[in-house]
Amino acid sequence: MTEEIIIAGFGGQGVLSMGKILAYSGVMQNKEVSWMPSYGPEMRGGTANVTVIVSDERISSPILNSFDTAIILNQQSLDKFEKAVKPGGLLIYDPNGLTRLPERKDINIYSIAAADEASKLGLSKIFNMIVLGGFLKLKPLVQPEYIHKGLEKSLPARHHKLIPENEKAIDIGKSLIKAVHLIN
Amino acid sequence: MGELRLMKGNEAVAEAAIRAGCDGYFGYPITPQSEVMEYLMAEKPHERTGMVVLQAESETASINMLYGAAGTGKMVMTSSSSPGISLMQEGISYMAGAELPAVIVNVVRGGPGLGTIQPSQADYFQAVKGGGHGDYKMIVLAPASVQEMCDHVKLAFELAFKYRTPAMILSDGAIGQMMEKVVLFDPIPRRTEAELISQNPWAATGKPKTREHIIITSLDLDPAGQERVNLKLQAKYRKIQENEVLYETLGVDDAEYLFVAFGLSARICQKSMDLARAKGIKVGLFRPITLFPFPEKQMNAIGKKVKGMLVVEMNAGQMIEDVKLSVGCSIKIEHFGRFGGIIPTPDEVVKALETQIIGG
Repeated sequence: MTEEIIIAGFGGQGVLSMGKILAYSGVMQNKEVSWMPSYGPEMRGGTANVTVIVSDERISSPILNSFDTAIILNQQSLDKFEKAVKPGGLLIYDPNGLTRLPERKDINIYSIAAADEASKLGLSKIFNMIVLGGFLKLKPLVQPEYIHKGLEKSLPARHHKLIPENEKAIDIGKSLIKAVHLIN
Repeated sequence: MGELRLMKGNEAVAEAAIRAGCDGYFGYPITPQSEVMEYLMAEKPHERTGMVVLQAESETASINMLYGAAGTGKMVMTSSSSPGISLMQEGISYMAGAELPAVIVNVVRGGPGLGTIQPSQADYFQAVKGGGHGDYKMIVLAPASVQEMCDHVKLAFELAFKYRTPAMILSDGAIGQMMEKVVLFDPIPRRTEAELISQNPWAATGKPKTREHIIITSLDLDPAGQERVNLKLQAKYRKIQENEVLYETLGVDDAEYLFVAFGLSARICQKSMDLARAKGIKVGLFRPITLFPFPEKQMNAIGKKVKGMLVVEMNAGQMIEDVKLSVGCSIKIEHFGRFGGIIPTPDEVVKALETQIIGG
C-alpha cells in the first residue's frame, strides 16, 4: 500500500501541521512516510501545500506530479491540483470560499464543510483536524490509537491537553464528509 | 533499535551532531538550512553533552572558528547553503592544507550568485573538484534521505578523523526541509580531554614539557617542502579512493539502461524507474553515495553491461563528467537536468530517457 497525498490551502489553515500529524501517526504505526512542504517564495504568496506519502514500502520520490488524494482548501489550490489527481483518485474540498467547484468526472469527489463547522463550534484551530477526520473516514490509513500517538508526538507537551479536542474534531470530520461525485 | 522520530533533514543533521559526540558547532543562518542551528539552539546541547553552539558573525567567521577548533583536535561542524559555502572556500582550502578534520554541511540552493532558496545540486563541482585554491579534495557524502542526513554526520566525522581532512555533506533544500522517519543512533559520549590527546597526537592541545611545540599550518615557503606536503595529500586521497567508496544500485541485474543520480535526484529516479518498468523499459539506478571518492571502478564495470546511461542532476551537467571519465565513450551517456531550484518530475525523467537515450 502506498498513498500519495497533496494537502493544499492558505498559510495558517494548518495544512502543514495536518500533514505532520498524519505522517507522525504513520510513523507510530510503523509505516514509511515522507512530508515535503512547499517553502520559500511559494509560501510567501499566501498558499501552503505539503506532499505526504504513507507507505508499507521504502518511499521513492518525495516530489510528485500526480496524487492518489488531493485535499483542497482554497481556490488557488483547486485550480492547481484538481488536474494532478490520478484517474480514479480522490479529491476532498472544503466549499468555503470556493468560486468554482471541481469538474473532473474520472475521480471521486467529496466535500467537507469543515470551516463552517469549526466556526459554528467556535474552534477555528481544529479546522484542519475536521478535514483530516473526513479523509481518514474514506482512507483509514492509520488507526485511531496511532493518531493519538501521532498527536502526542506532533504537539508540544504544553498543548497535550488539547488532544481530546483534536480527536473529537477528527470524529466530527468523519460524520461531516459527503460524496459529491462518485465514479461508480 | 534506536529512537524513532519524524524529523526534517536539517533537524536530523543537528541531532546527529549532538549524538555523534560533536564538541562544537559554528554557523550563520541562511535558508534552506537555518533549522540546523535553530534546532541546536533550542536543544541546548551544552546541557546535554557540553557541546558548544555559537552563531558567528558571518560564514567567513564560522569556517575560521572551525579551523581554530579543529586544530585543537575537537570534533567540530558548520553548516550553510551555497552562497555561504562559497564564502567558506578559503578556510576549507586551509583546513585541507593543514590536514584538519571537520564536517561541513552544504544544504544546496539554486545559483549562481544569491540565486534562489529552492533546492539544487549545482554545487557538485565546487564540492568535488575543490572550490578553494590548491590541489586538495574533500570527502563528499551525498545523502538521499533524512535517515542518511543523520547517519552521514556520524560517518563524516569518522572519515574526517580517520584521514585528517575536511568532509562535506552535500545535501539540498528539499532533503533539508522534508520530514521522514528516522531511526537515531545511540548517543556517543564526547571524548574526554585525555582521549582527545591520546587519539590525536597531532592536535595543538597545550604544550607539556615532555614534547616539542605542535605547529599546525598550511604554509611552507620552501617549494620542496610544499611539494612534499602535496605528495602526502595526494597519497592520502588515493587511499581514500581505494577504501571509502560507497554507492547503491537498484534494479541493475536485468537493466538495459541506467539512471545515474545522487541525493534527491536519485529518489526521483527511483520513481521514474517504476514508471519506466511499467512501460516495459528495463532501467536500473546507480547512486553514488560518496561523490569523492567517486565510484569509478563500479561505474566502469556497469558501463559494460548497459546500452546507455542518463545522468539526472539538478544542475546543468556536472557529475556527468565523472561518469564519462569512469565509463569511457563506448556507450551513450547523456545528461538531463533542471536548474535554479526546479526539481525534475519523475515523468519528465522517463521522457528524457525515452527521447535522449532509447530513441536518441
